[in-house]
Amino acid sequence: MSLTTFFTIKEDVLIIRLSGELDHHEATILREAWQNKLREGTVKHVILNLEEVSFMDSSGIGVLLGRYKEIMQLGGELVVCAVNPSIERIFNMSGMFKIIRLEPNEENALLSLGVAS
Amino acid sequence: MKNDMTLRFLSVSKNEAFARATVGAFISQLDPTMDELTEIKTVVSEAVTNAIIHGYHNEPDHYITVTCAIEDSGAIELIISDEGMGIENIKQAQEPLYTSKPHLERSGMGFTIMESFMDGLAIKSTINEGTTVTMKKQLTTANSVCH
Ligand SMILES: Nc1ncnc2c1ncn2[C@@H]1O[C@H](COP(=O)(O)OP(=O)(O)O)[C@@H](O)[C@H]1O
Ligand SMILES: [Mg+2]
Repeated sequence: MSLTTFFTIKEDVLIIRLSGELDHHEATILREAWQNKLREGTVKHVILNLEEVSFMDSSGIGVLLGRYKEIMQLGGELVVCAVNPSIERIFNMSGMFKIIRLEPNEENALLSLGVAS
Repeated sequence: MKNDMTLRFLSVSKNEAFARATVGAFISQLDPTMDELTEIKTVVSEAVTNAIIHGYHNEPDHYITVTCAIEDSGAIELIISDEGMGIENIKQAQEPLYTSKPHLERSGMGFTIMESFMDGLAIKSTINEGTTVTMKKQLTTANSVCH
């Protein structure tokens, strides 16, 4: 099972919906696609929806932290939503929630960025 | 009863998914809980990824070996080894957030996750000869003892 990535834009927010398994192999591909979207320059904030992610290891943390830094530089915010308990455990271990905001779902994530869904 | 299997595959990143799925299928005969299955798959993924990125510098033409031994009691032993560059300072490598390759967006959490998801972790490494990671876990399920 590989990883599928869907990009949607709402106002100045890039919404990324992932589906499948996020490991080192898939993280490398995701990084490239995500960076290309950021370079188009039309978005400021990013919402990463992990609802359909069935597996994630520490390579997922790496790709998130890498984009977090880039989004910060654009003056934007990265919000992660719909994280399952096993992924949440890895997030907690690496201290991700101290810097990246977590929302229960996409709607809340959009509201938190001031976009009505 | 005892059972074991060994996988040997090239250091191609697509094999990270292959290795964890295969080990997951093998240990399914012990009836692990969903959490236990996720933990085993995650640590296999971490160790195989390390062999590829660190042991072999992302070169796809080297071999990685994964051995999984199980017992009816629910005991699991995993051995993941490469013949790559080796680890100079194992203690430092095990520190949370330490990575020798920050430019590759590594988080430095691999060994921390392996330690936390398993009951035991042992790292043996020799510079330019390779690394062997041995991990142990006792499943909590009693199901496996019955049949
Ligand atoms: N198989 C290996 N061969 C050589 N070095 C390794 C190996 N596994 C781990 N290391 C070293 O240990 C460090 C920590 O590993 P880990 O905790 O998985 O973090 P990360 O993979 O994110 O760097 C790596 O950065 C690397 O220097
Ligand atoms: Mg690692």
